[in-house]
Amino acid sequence: MTSPVESLVQQEYKYGFVTNIEADTVPRGLNEDLIRLISAKKQEPAFLLEWRLAAYRRWLEMTEPHWPNVQYPPIDYQDIIYYSAPKQVKPLGSLDEVDPELLATYEKLGISLSEQKRLSGVAVDAIFDSVSVATTFKDKLKEHGVIFCSFSDAVREHPELVRKYLGSVVPAGDNFFAALNAAVFTDGSFVYIPKGVTCPMELSTYFRINAADTGQFERTLIVADEGATVSYLEGCTAPKRDTNQLHAAVVELVALEGATIKYSTVQNWYAGDSEGRGGIYNFVTKRGKCAGARSRITWTQVETGSAITWKYPSVILQGDDSIGEFYSVAVVNNRQQADTGTKMIHVGRNTRSTIISKGISAGRGQNSYRGLVKMLPKAVGARNYTQCDSMLIGNACGAHTFPYIDVQHPSASVEHEASTSKIGEDQIFYCKQRGLDTEDAISMIVNGFCKDVFQNLPMEFAVEAQKLLGISLEGSVG
Amino acid sequence: MLEITNLTATAGGTEILRGITLTVNAGEVHAIMGPNGSGKSTLAQVLAGHPAYEVTGGSVRYQGQDLLDMEPEARAQAGIFLAFQYPVEIPGVTNAYFLRAAYNAKRTAQGLEELDPMDFLDLLEEKLKLVEWGPEIMSRAVNAGFSGGEKKRNEILQMAVLEPTLAILDETDSGLDIDALKIVADGVNALRRPDSATIVVTHYQRLLNHIVPDYVHVLAGGRIVKSGGKELALELEARGYEWLTEAAGAAA
Repeated sequence: MTSPVESLVQQEYKYGFVTNIEADTVPRGLNEDLIRLISAKKQEPAFLLEWRLAAYRRWLEMTEPHWPNVQYPPIDYQDIIYYSAPKQVKPLGSLDEVDPELLATYEKLGISLSEQKRLSGVAVDAIFDSVSVATTFKDKLKEHGVIFCSFSDAVREHPELVRKYLGSVVPAGDNFFAALNAAVFTDGSFVYIPKGVTCPMELSTYFRINAADTGQFERTLIVADEGATVSYLEGCTAPKRDTNQLHAAVVELVALEGATIKYSTVQNWYAGDSEGRGGIYNFVTKRGKCAGARSRITWTQVETGSAITWKYPSVILQGDDSIGEFYSVAVVNNRQQADTGTKMIHVGRNTRSTIISKGISAGRGQNSYRGLVKMLPKAVGARNYTQCDSMLIGNACGAHTFPYIDVQHPSASVEHEASTSKIGEDQIFYCKQRGLDTEDAISMIVNGFCKDVFQNLPMEFAVEAQKLLGISLEGSVG
Repeated sequence: MLEITNLTATAGGTEILRGITLTVNAGEVHAIMGPNGSGKSTLAQVLAGHPAYEVTGGSVRYQGQDLLDMEPEARAQAGIFLAFQYPVEIPGVTNAYFLRAAYNAKRTAQGLEELDPMDFLDLLEEKLKLVEWGPEIMSRAVNAGFSGGEKKRNEILQMAVLEPTLAILDETDSGLDIDALKIVADGVNALRRPDSATIVVTHYQRLLNHIVPDYVHVLAGGRIVKSGGKELALELEARGYEWLTEAAGAAA
């Protein structure tokens, strides 16, 4: 008896190509001199170098966390190249000066950096290995007072803002990988939305790892001032390689009184092959602070790539009546492992949080949801709703749920719902009996399962995410 | 249209169908009756191509093709429709989306162009009348949270949209109250065409008051032990199955 779903063909990872471009690369390894070198290359002010060095010294005293439900061989931190940048003669004045090879790379990835060709609704910051190579629509955004630029530019042009908010949500010594990032981060995106401004277009950053044996350590900082609103998207890909590469990013969001930040991720780093060779270690710290009253931060993530994912986009609900939301779809196939979830820390009164997590496990993938809901003593009337659903495809995968709930105020309320289901032969057969083939059937069932999350993605992204999900799961059933 | 010859099938190594021979012509309604465990539902599932059953012998020809050689979706695209005894729930997928996907899969297989969502809505509007439903059902997820009766009605709605050549109703009457039964039966009757055929699998005679069969077959122990006209169903209602299964047991 052959299962009707055993015969699907594995689709190739289509972003797995390498761009041949001359790069400015530092030697392998990590020490204080290297950090000084990176800082000097970026012409950073003294305060930032000091911040990096302090982080590095903290990091030396820390140990890599092993509590996530993932397994991988030890990482040799002295065998990583911490800085690699495409060679450019001078800082870019306009997009015309971007290396054509780089423009072609982004075209191939489906990200046009030409403003004329872009959908007018989205501005892009393109990060290639360690540096930002282009940011589109800067001028148009400037008219509204919106700052959207690479982190390096922000350090040069808006040092006062960087100094004020850098590390204010994720301190340099927050955790092992955040400390490493603080020491060696090379670039990332910076966003500032001034008081009362609704950002006129979607902002997005496209992260691309290209060079071999490098780590990517980007840092993103988004500040929405009082009453400001912004929607930000992030996408990621990397070439196919047999070796693992480390990606340890930090994202900090600050929402002041009445501000709204919506942060959406479609993560499609190379996941390794079907035997688990290669792929990105995606060890990321993402955290937002609802600093002001009535502020709101929404994380939406679709995680389909990476050999290992370790991330918990979190919200500190400090302002009264603030809202934190986390919508997640995490897919593991073949030998992928994911340990992901969120932390909702309720500090202020009447703060509300919603967590909707959809985990899909296929192949021999292992998927863990790990979430903390914490209601501090002053969180009068705080409420949380958590819904955590797992779907298993096949018999060799795993789904795990680790909820942590800590309530320190009697009026706080926490609701947790969880379910696990298996895409059954019966469900697929039902669709086939109605004339759909196996692939369409699985794609339909899985997309239905993820609907609550997808509807929180910006339109353009939702379509991408659905397609991506189909590709990630091809060949997964058996 | 359908020619089943000496069909045998197993599930998990257990023989369930032990040599079924049955011919169904266009325009006919055949009722398959029999006690629980006689193999009625298995026959329906095997005709639709459910992977849990293994065909171990015999042949099935459908419109001149070797049916057993076709994938389940190819059978569906060729006009075979199974109204499930236990329709499956598909959370998050709307009825409208599911129906259109199914409808277009069939059209594509026939070399026709897909129907766009607006035209499809017009088509749906007509079909909904048949099961006496309003358009709000279209935005609900497929069978999710539906009552037993609603699920069965939804099967008939799908059947109305897909306009099968051979419809197989697997215990569609089970779990229906009398009003729902009438809606379902009226729907099935309205969908009959001279070039289509219907196989009604049922335990009780009750449904056959509404969907009147041309032939009634009694299945017991994986074989057809008696065939007759619609009056056979009434006789079964009056006498039960025992006299037939005993006779079959003696014959075996």
